[in-house]
Amino acid sequence: MARRDPIYGLMAEFDSATALVEAARKTHQAGYKKIDAYSPFPIEGLAEEIGFHHDEVPLVVLIGGIVGGCTGYLMQYWMSAVDYPLNIGGKPPHSWPAFIVITFEMTILFAGISAVFGMLALNGLPMPYHPVFNVERFSSASKDRFFLIVFSSDKKYSSGETRSFLEGLAPRSISEVPS
Amino acid sequence: MAEEYKTAAEIDRAPVIEPGHTFGTITEKISAIVLTRPASNGWFIGFGLMFMLTMMMLFAIGYLFVKGIGIWGVTIPIGWGFAIVNFVWWIGIGHAGTLISAILLLLRQSWRNSINRFAEAMTLFAVASAGIFPAIHVGRPWLAYWLFPYPNTMRVWPQFRSPLMWDVFAVSTYATISALFWFTGLIPDFATLRDRTDKRWLKMIYGMLSMGWRGSARHWHRYETMYLLLAGLATPLVLSVHTVVSFDFAVGIVPGWHTTIFPPYFVAGAIYSGFAMVLMLAIPIRKIYGLEDFITERHLQNSAKVMLATGLIVAYGYGIEAFMGWYSGDRYDAFTLWNRLHGPYAFEYWLLLICNIFIPQLLWIRKLRTSPVALFLISGVILVGMWLERFVIVVMSLHRDFLTSSWGMYYPTRWDWMTYVGTIGMFLAAMFLFLRILPAISIFEMRTLLPEAEVKE
Repeated sequence: MARRDPIYGLMAEFDSATALVEAARKTHQAGYKKIDAYSPFPIEGLAEEIGFHHDEVPLVVLIGGIVGGCTGYLMQYWMSAVDYPLNIGGKPPHSWPAFIVITFEMTILFAGISAVFGMLALNGLPMPYHPVFNVERFSSASKDRFFLIVFSSDKKYSSGETRSFLEGLAPRSISEVPS
Repeated sequence: MAEEYKTAAEIDRAPVIEPGHTFGTITEKISAIVLTRPASNGWFIGFGLMFMLTMMMLFAIGYLFVKGIGIWGVTIPIGWGFAIVNFVWWIGIGHAGTLISAILLLLRQSWRNSINRFAEAMTLFAVASAGIFPAIHVGRPWLAYWLFPYPNTMRVWPQFRSPLMWDVFAVSTYATISALFWFTGLIPDFATLRDRTDKRWLKMIYGMLSMGWRGSARHWHRYETMYLLLAGLATPLVLSVHTVVSFDFAVGIVPGWHTTIFPPYFVAGAIYSGFAMVLMLAIPIRKIYGLEDFITERHLQNSAKVMLATGLIVAYGYGIEAFMGWYSGDRYDAFTLWNRLHGPYAFEYWLLLICNIFIPQLLWIRKLRTSPVALFLISGVILVGMWLERFVIVVMSLHRDFLTSSWGMYYPTRWDWMTYVGTIGMFLAAMFLFLRILPAISIFEMRTLLPEAEVKE
């Protein structure tokens, strides 16, 4: 395993959502690819500015829903028509209209669970420790400050040049993130 | 008093947050309730009383387990008494929370952002209160798990053609999805609390709950997709839940139950009672915790309008039931109508009409729609009315059977009342705890309402 870089990245702090989006766009256009942006609330279009285009959550939910629906219907079919058919009120063992409700509920249940756990898994959460938490000012990322980070693993990263580039974006402060 | 007068249009245009707030003040104001504000004597008294009621409920349930359901007022022909009345009432109340958090999100009603968190909490506690009743009314509650399809030595499976089975799946799915929706909504706010508190043990607890949320743009993107999809899933779900509950009745051939109007009229009634409960909780909360900046007159006014609209749907349902009693030509249906108006439970029926139809018409008056006191009282009346509606449906339909020889009466016992009042205590005790340990208003969604949250190009 390669030796870990003692520096995880360089972090710039901004005052407003507009400043962060602009800074993210400029940094991405300058050729930095391994970057991330942090904000206290979701900002529309920010993920696209840092080069994030493929959100797999809908696919996970679709698969979850299909699996749930099939599970629901096949479970009822197998239990009522195959494993132990019971004649109740003269209804056929495979009385499909009566199976629709539970099929629907199971579709929603599986899709909803895959939405939540899919989102967490794709985001790599839970992750109690992360290097960005080493920066003291970062605690306001959950309040009223906006942060942009260039990871040291980026090809273009060099501590001096990247710092002067970030300074050109007029941030409030710049901090080195120890890993 | 001229400055107090606002036209409806002014209230509609009013901002959902009072001006002068920043990201920082919103964060501080909401998180301070949890982190720094000491619990008042009023809180301890309120929570203590509600906790005692919870204990009373547990005592009543404990005695039930020892003696069996003979301690309740249920007899043949009325086999469904308070347990089902209360179950339907509580489940219905829960529906407003999902409506506010999911349906209003899809409709882009951003005013919902300040009431969705505690409305979702209300949903969860209401579903928990509801869930107690079917479990304890089965006679042998220690076998309640037989409701679920699991491989067993008897080799039989549940009867999937029965609406009662559909109900098991609908309600358990609803409880699961509501809990997930509520918890994921809290994750970014847990991160805020983690970063705001100075106590190490609190930092650890909130840190664990936040799962290490750091507000990355990629995370937010997936989060928002997930939240929107979950709202899209919860919307048909919440409509299905009360529909399925109404099937419990509508599929039976009992006069007063066997009608096709039940699903829409049950759903409307659920939202009606749910908004009444939202207002009964929101009005004191905003007053006591000084949250009038966030839960404004506009929220009260909008909730009142929802109640007025759903109340009219409910009134239409009663009208159609009465009309069909006459128009169907079925003598049993006609008798059900006559019996409601003149029978032994006529008092309950007329009280129901007064509570659910006549008094809520006061909401047409704008002044009452914006008056917290009036809204609080009208909401209380509606909650009583919606409880009476379920009483009328469950008990009045059963007590007059097709044969006069099997007619009977239902008188709730003290154990019925203790269990019912006890669940109200449990519900409110949980709300008291919720207010103190979790942010009652969604902090990150409130931030998005500020004009500064918009990116200017």
